[in-house]
Amino acid sequence: MAEQQKGQVVLSSHEKEEIDRWLTRYPEDQKQSALLAALRAVMHEDHYISVPKMDAIADYLGLDKIAVYEVASFYSMYELDEKAAARHSIAVCTNVSCMLRGSDKIVEHIENKLGIKMGESTPDGKFFMKVEEECLAACTGAPMMQVDHVYYTDLTPEKIDEILDGLD
Amino acid sequence: MSDDLITITINDQEIKARPGAMLIDVADAEGIHIPRFCYHKKLSVSANCRMCLVEVEKAPKPMPACATPVMDGMKVLTNSVKALSAQKSTMEFLLINHPLDCPICDQGGECELQDLSVAHGSSSSNYHEMKRVVVDKDIGPLIETEMTRCIQCTRCVRFGDEIAGMREMGAIGRGENMTIGTYIEKSLKSELSGNIIDICPVGALTAKPSRYKARAWEIAQHPSIASHDCVGSNIALHTFNGEVIRSVPRENEEINECWISDRDRFSYQGINAEDRLQEPMIKVDGEWRTATWDEALEKVAEHLNQVDPNEVGVLASDRATTEELYLLQKLMRGKGVANIDHRLRQTDFSDQGKEPQFPSLGMTFSELEQQEVIVLVGSDVRRDQPMANHRIRKAVLNGAKVIAVNPLKLSFNYPVEQQIVAAPADLVAKLAGIASATGKMPPQLSQIEQQDINGATGIANLLKDADKATVILGNLAVQHPAYATLRALAAVIASNTGAQLSYLAESANTAAAWLAGVVPHRVAGGETAGAEGLHVTDMFMKALKTFVLFDVEPEFDCSDPQKAEAAMHYARVIALTPFASDKMRAYADILLPISTFAETSGTFINAEGVQQSFRGAAPAIGAAKPGWKVLRVLGNLMQVDGFDYMSSQDVLAEFNERVSISPDNSRTFDDSDVFEKLEENTGLQRISSVHAYSVDGLVRRANALQKTFSQERNTAWLNPADIEEAGLQQCDSIIVRQGDGRVVMSLQADKDVPQGCVHMLAATNKSSQLGASYGSIEIQGDC
Repeated sequence: MAEQQKGQVVLSSHEKEEIDRWLTRYPEDQKQSALLAALRAVMHEDHYISVPKMDAIADYLGLDKIAVYEVASFYSMYELDEKAAARHSIAVCTNVSCMLRGSDKIVEHIENKLGIKMGESTPDGKFFMKVEEECLAACTGAPMMQVDHVYYTDLTPEKIDEILDGLD
Repeated sequence: MSDDLITITINDQEIKARPGAMLIDVADAEGIHIPRFCYHKKLSVSANCRMCLVEVEKAPKPMPACATPVMDGMKVLTNSVKALSAQKSTMEFLLINHPLDCPICDQGGECELQDLSVAHGSSSSNYHEMKRVVVDKDIGPLIETEMTRCIQCTRCVRFGDEIAGMREMGAIGRGENMTIGTYIEKSLKSELSGNIIDICPVGALTAKPSRYKARAWEIAQHPSIASHDCVGSNIALHTFNGEVIRSVPRENEEINECWISDRDRFSYQGINAEDRLQEPMIKVDGEWRTATWDEALEKVAEHLNQVDPNEVGVLASDRATTEELYLLQKLMRGKGVANIDHRLRQTDFSDQGKEPQFPSLGMTFSELEQQEVIVLVGSDVRRDQPMANHRIRKAVLNGAKVIAVNPLKLSFNYPVEQQIVAAPADLVAKLAGIASATGKMPPQLSQIEQQDINGATGIANLLKDADKATVILGNLAVQHPAYATLRALAAVIASNTGAQLSYLAESANTAAAWLAGVVPHRVAGGETAGAEGLHVTDMFMKALKTFVLFDVEPEFDCSDPQKAEAAMHYARVIALTPFASDKMRAYADILLPISTFAETSGTFINAEGVQQSFRGAAPAIGAAKPGWKVLRVLGNLMQVDGFDYMSSQDVLAEFNERVSISPDNSRTFDDSDVFEKLEENTGLQRISSVHAYSVDGLVRRANALQKTFSQERNTAWLNPADIEEAGLQQCDSIIVRQGDGRVVMSLQADKDVPQGCVHMLAATNKSSQLGASYGSIEIQGDC
């Protein structure tokens, strides 16, 4: 039977551009290599990766859909739940160094300030607090967090207020 | 690869082995047992379960036998303290998250994990924390999941990738949270999906239709042969209390390797269908009453002895056994009946004299795997003959090129060099285009229209340059209104390029139907019949007064359900049948219950021409009897000579005495060949395909398989341009009219349907109300 092609989500032109740029770095028959970059591009645009977008990536790169789901669900840097799609993503490191330097307090402060728990988004869609599993490799500046693409180190509650209040 | 063998030692036993072979394969060949979960001989090595750890001399740690190539002088110990303790520890790790629910697990008693845990496990564990739980997903009506039991061996994932050719299962998430699944809620689509039930070493994937039916140790196993496609896959039927509750593959490397298609696995459900005929029945004054066998058979004999044999038509299923087919024609020819046919979906018989003795593959299935170029003419081989398609897929993975010429765009599970799709009339012209590119055309064919196709010369050259190439005719070709022309053109392409002309016949025993003479123009063995009878289409046209049906439901099995049903209503109908639908009860006059393939001894002849005999696995339901026995008694009652058989083997022996099987598909051309142009259709033309799960009465009653295409069966596909032209863009459904039939179908746009055509499935409830599979059709919006 012919595949049905109703209601297909297409990648944005920026996402395609980004994927194409990465594709030039790999051999013709190794399009799978651009998968991480493709997922990153969608993450950048949508702040999460929906199933239709993953399907679109699979079609674009000529992969089985499940191959995209596997990779996307493996890495913690990809969010697959729509609730993660806030304007800003806050990832507080809670690994050993940061924990020893009081990351619990930092998490608690942010949670109280925003009125959400880790893994939740504020109702206004401004902030998402990521459940961060792994060390972000900035132990010298512990405790630290990453907001969107920027690292903030040597955190204190005051510093956090300043950072978060400064975002729109 | 070097042929020099090296010597290794396993447990003090010296073994010659091919360099580079994996240790586990070498040990298996010698019958030395090494435990394993993730290793499977037909799948790639993943070495993730670590169960096959063995001690290798000079290696600091135990090595996984599945991923350790043998080297000269290697000394291996599979039973040393080091090996055993490594295996025991692995077992403990594997059981950390495995539930102890064997008592309620369908796999219990035939579980690799259970067996190995008895052999290699410990009675207690160091792990006392909570076990992991995985939420189940519904992956369709065929396979039950209990993913908490999964040990993540990834056999099912690799099977999808490497054998089924479509990855549907995957490893989702990571670390302790990694689960095997489909991620999204979806039903598995592969036609081979059921094999993951067999290769799953635990109870994570089990057969849904047979769930909780019986425990493994209560089941009796009976070797049998699959009854649907022309491959003749070897299966084992599992019975519990005399009822077939499962069908699994039986290994035969030459035919089905260790796999079977979902159709062969789950069609057994039809055996116990609700409308299974239990007793002989006679219609008296429009009312059905049950009868004894004696009474019913005498009635049949009496009727057939009375009537003019020229007014009798015999339609047989090519899924009947060789013995049944042979006896049926012997009985009928003995009474002077010449109108005998099994080609129920075929409509073009114009060159039937030029058909080969039987439609054969012309090679073995393992040779099919070695072809370099394969041209499929009218064949959805993936759905229709899944195990043959598996061989083609292996050929493609080895570099073979496939070209498909079909009235529909089909989805393959391997890359296809070129798909040529055209409306029925154009299809002939396109194939003619390819044929003329290969060289000279016989004068009889030079008159027909040719269309240039992109790459026709390329295809011709591919075929000519290949050492091994084949042109295969499939079900869609046989059902095509210009089958004779397609066949002739395929023969020209093959002979001009030195390729083999091959047939993948429709059914499990099409070969035997031809060989036994269940055709109007030939007797058993293939000689021309003295008096040529009518073919199936003419039997309907001529309105014969009596029809004898052998396991046939004309409204589903014939190409034109309306004509078939009308002919049945007009005639007296004697049906030897396992099933009696309401429709059949409406037109039949005598119903004789016969057994399905699972309840009789018999023989199927596959596309290679190989005979495979089997015995009944279960007693027939109710008073039903094996068809050959019914025919034997009828032979005696009707006083036809030579019906004193003691067993079905006697019948087969006689068949083999009369028939010498000589596969030869070559075709010559002479003055008798006339190829007529297809009539132009006015308006829209219907294109039909028979869904793999609608091909016969048994599979049509297999509920689980039927659930897998509940939408498709009610859908009509049209080209978007046609939809626009008819102004149907806003319609979700349409009314389809053909003859007196009128059905409502849901409408789907499909740009791959040739313009001017409507694609619908045949052999469905809806299409059984319509007319010719390739006839004109009217549509109208229903919105």
